[in-house]
Parts: sequence; C-alpha cells; structure tokens
Amino acid sequence: MLKFVVHRLFATLPVLGIVAVLVFLLLRLTPGDPAAMLAGDAANAMQIEHIRRSLGLDQSLLVQFGRWLQHVLQGDLGESFYFKMQVTQLIAQRLEPTLSLASLSLCLAVSIAVPLGVFAAWRRDSGFDRVLMGASVLGFSVPVFVLAYVLIWIFSLQLDWLPVQGYESVRNGFWPWLRHLILPALTLSVVYIALIARITRAAVIEALGEDYIRTARAKGISEARVLIRHALANAGIPVLTVIGISLALLLSGVVVTESVYAIPGLGRLMVDAVLARDFPTIQGVVLFFSGLYVLLNLVIDLSYVFVDPRIRY
Amino acid sequence: MRPITNSSPIIQHSAWQRAGQHFSVRLGASVLLILLLLALLAPWLGTVDPTLFDPASRDQRPGQTGTITTLEGETLRHYFLMGADSLGRDMYSRVIYGTRISLSVGFLSALLALMAGVSLGLIAGYLRWVDGLCMRMMDGLMAIPGILIAIAFVAVWRPSLSTLIIAIAIPEIPRVTRLVRSLVLSLREAPYIEAAISLGTPTLKILFRHVLPNTLAPLLVQGTYLCASGMLIESVLSFLGVGLPSDIPTWGNIMAEARVQFNAYPYTIFFPGAFLALTVLAVNLLGDGLRDTLDPKLAKRL
Repeated sequence: MLKFVVHRLFATLPVLGIVAVLVFLLLRLTPGDPAAMLAGDAANAMQIEHIRRSLGLDQSLLVQFGRWLQHVLQGDLGESFYFKMQVTQLIAQRLEPTLSLASLSLCLAVSIAVPLGVFAAWRRDSGFDRVLMGASVLGFSVPVFVLAYVLIWIFSLQLDWLPVQGYESVRNGFWPWLRHLILPALTLSVVYIALIARITRAAVIEALGEDYIRTARAKGISEARVLIRHALANAGIPVLTVIGISLALLLSGVVVTESVYAIPGLGRLMVDAVLARDFPTIQGVVLFFSGLYVLLNLVIDLSYVFVDPRIRY
Repeated sequence: MRPITNSSPIIQHSAWQRAGQHFSVRLGASVLLILLLLALLAPWLGTVDPTLFDPASRDQRPGQTGTITTLEGETLRHYFLMGADSLGRDMYSRVIYGTRISLSVGFLSALLALMAGVSLGLIAGYLRWVDGLCMRMMDGLMAIPGILIAIAFVAVWRPSLSTLIIAIAIPEIPRVTRLVRSLVLSLREAPYIEAAISLGTPTLKILFRHVLPNTLAPLLVQGTYLCASGMLIESVLSFLGVGLPSDIPTWGNIMAEARVQFNAYPYTIFFPGAFLALTVLAVNLLGDGLRDTLDPKLAKRL
C-alpha cells in the first residue's frame, strides 16, 4: 500500500510539471510585450523597462522558467500586483470559504444523488425513473448562475428564509456559516446530483443483473439489504470514479457560484485577479486548483481499496 | 414458375436512419432549428437594434407598449414583449440577437475542439513515439479546471469572438484526443487495417480512408456535448465580465447587466436564462438521442 502511494505520488509529478509549464507559458505567450501589458496603458517606456528588468523578462524563456519554478517549489508564488501581498498568503486567506462551499456541495450531492440513483435503478423504467432521468438532463442544461438567481428569488426574496448573499466564517458560529452556504451549496450541487444519480443508476442496474443478486434474493434477504449490501456495494467503483472526475467541474463551478453569492473565496479571487490583470495571482490560483485536483484524484484512487476489497495495492 | 422478386425484403435500418427517428433527436433538432431560424431572421421578427437605447423607456415592464427613438431621430411605437433594461434597450431584441452569439460560439468552439482533438488523437494513436508526450500534455491540460483556462486565456488575449472560441475549445481538446486515440488503438488491430497495411497503403491514406470514417459516430455524439458546454462557458465568461465586450448583446452579458437590478426586475435575468437553458437542453437531448442510437457502447455505460 505504502509502496503504491509513493509510486502514484511520483506518477503525478509529470502531470504537475506540465501544468506548471502551461501556467507559466500562459503569461509568456501573450501577443506582444508582457512587460507593457503588466505596466498598463498609462506606463511610459522607462517604467516598462523597469518591470522587464525586475521580473527578469529580458532573459531567455528557459532561464525565466527555471527561476519561476524554483520559487514555486519553495512555496513562493510571487507577489500580487493588485492586492500588494504574497499570493500564497492571499490563497490561504481565501481558502476557508471555498473549501466550505466545495465540501458542503459534494456531501449534499452524494447524499441526495446516491439514494435517488439506487431507487431509480430498483424501479427501472417506472415513472420515477423516467422523471429522474429527464430531470437530470435538465440539471445538466441549466447554467449555474441562472439556477442561483432562481433559488435566490424563491428562497431569499419571496420567502425571505435565507440571506441573499455573503459569507460568514465558521469561527462566528456554525448556524450563521451554514445559513449563508445553503443556497450556494444547493446551486453548485445540482449538476453533480444529476451526474452522480445517472452513474449510480447505471452501475446499480448492471449489478442487479448479476447472479449473486438472484442468490441473495433466493436466500430471502430483505430487498433493502440486497440493494445496499449487494448491489450498491458492487456499484461503488464507478460512482467513486465519477466523483473524482466531477471534482474538476466542482472547482469550476466554485468560480461562478462565489461570484453570484459574493463569497470571498478563491473563485472570486480568480475573477478579481483577471479583471485587474493581476498575473501572479492568476497563475497562483490556477496552479493551486490544479494541484488540489490531482491530489484529490489520488485520494479517490486510494479509496478504491475501501470500497472494493478485491483491489489491493 | 413465378419469379420471387416481390417477396418482401427484410428492412434493415442503418444506425443513422434509426437516429433520425429517435424521439429526443427529433425534439432536440426541432428546437435547435427554431432557434437557428430566430438567429438568422432576427432583424425581421419585430425587433429593433439591440444596442438602441431610449431613456424614456427605461425599465419598461414586459408586455407594455412604449416608444423607442432610432439613431435617425425617428420615434417608433414598440411593443416591449420582454420589457426593457435599465438603459431603455428592448430586452426582446437583445435576447433574440443573443441567439446568434450563443449558437455560433457553441458550434464553432465544438468544431475547433473536434478538429484539434482528431488531429492529435490520430497522430498519438498511430505514431507510437508521439503518443507518450502528447498524452502527458493532455493529462496536464485536463488537470487544470476548464473554466480557469478559458478565463486566464481571455484575460491575456483580450476578448473577441475568435479568442473566446479558442479559449473555450482549448480545455475541451484533451477529451476528444483521448476518445480518438482509444478508437484508433482499437481500430488498428482490426483485420481490414492489417490488410491495408500489408497491401502497402500509405499511413495517411489508412488514417483518412479507413480509420477516420469509423470514428465519426462517437465524435458526433461528443461534438454535441462540446457544443452544449461551449455555450454554457461562453455565458459564464460574459456573466463574469471577462467574455465579449458588454456592448455586444449576448445572453451572458444581458444577465451580467441585470444583476444590479435583480431585486426589482428579476425577469431581466430569467428571460435570457430561460433561452440559454432551453438551447443547451435541446443540444443535450440531441446528444443523448444520438448516443443511444449511434454509440451503443457508450449508451450502456451511462
């Protein structure tokens, strides 16, 4: 097991390396002079020259990349032009809201989608199944922010149950924190509910066709136990896999959801940085999100062991 | 002896014919056709210039009749089917003209991603020495959340229709490349490819004459999903203020401008939002139908 973990960790290194190259090149492949772009429209030639010098933009691309990578590996993502502070500090500050939102959405999605999917598989081709499958196509199609405004309109403006937007740190109490996150998490989770419910349904349908299900039923085990202990347990791998794949979607969705609900997280930071053309921050956030995604998928891979005892690393 | 010509033959429908008769293919395609007509015929559907503003008609409620003054100073009586925005621009005209942007960005970004992905996939699947490098690049690209690539790309290259389409297409390329590569890898073991190789057929000819046609059905299915996600990403970028310039009426831009006034005039978000959702839904239905009929292997998995 440990050997496998170490092996997989090393296997992610090339991927992370390519991510680093892509993120680095993003800024250097600008149409024109990056120094002039960073300086803004009002800068004169001297200021542009100063920026070029101070960022080492006058050196070869390879040297620049080497220096940048060295800093990144030491945990130094540079200083934000716009926020005037270390990007790593900035990311640390914005981490809590984003992690709260993402993890709450994921929990919500899994706890709603898996039972729905199992039930739809059990009552395959019933009215419930058809409605659920139809609704899931709709779930894929409604843009996150449109859904967000529909929910705000219903639950905040018409019913006045929940705050319209904003964020409250968990340090100020659990209930205020949860109250502010219910709508954003619900908004963000709809796509995953659709996705995970579909995959769960398909996987459980496949498992239900197996001989051991017939055997289990013949033994007189209750239907609930057949579904959960025998069908769902064997459908765990595809469900886990789709959760891993959809993490990328989740991290993308965070950007939009945080913007709509004015949550001061990493997604909001990314949008602010883009609007201010703050390149160190853009690079830092993209790099951070990608690293997180790779790491989480590693965790998912490892968790296969707990779902399927046949898998040993 | 009676000739046996009139014995009824067994009619065997091809997958393409079955696709044409599938319910959700027909539904999705019809809705898309209507939207396409709306986009093409926009100027003749009782619209005014979508950028035209008239302060006198500010925040007109839906269904009211008011006036709007053209740039030539001509005052027209106009029926505000969907109301007017905070600058007095006709929402109906803006939403109808927005159809053009959404459809073309969705279609062109899908086309671009498909072309790039097919080229890379064919090369990676057929030339073994490129494979490793190419696929590692794709792994790296896939590890970055798509919307972040698109946002960062637009931020660097300044938004225009073409940069937007490229920005949306780039994060989609790896998935197409993987699909094509896996198809090529399974096809190259097929007897007819081996036959072609042993006959001395040039590699390029094998790729285009024998391999590519067999990837068409799964690619078409993939293409419809790319189109749907392309339209969603376009609207997200516009909505976040990093998409097309705000004077161009796109659904995302209309919604972005409507945010400030959402409390008082929620319909300014709901109208374009409903159109966007309907369009994406139609594309998804088309894709699901095509998948079920053209790509039975994939249909089983989902």
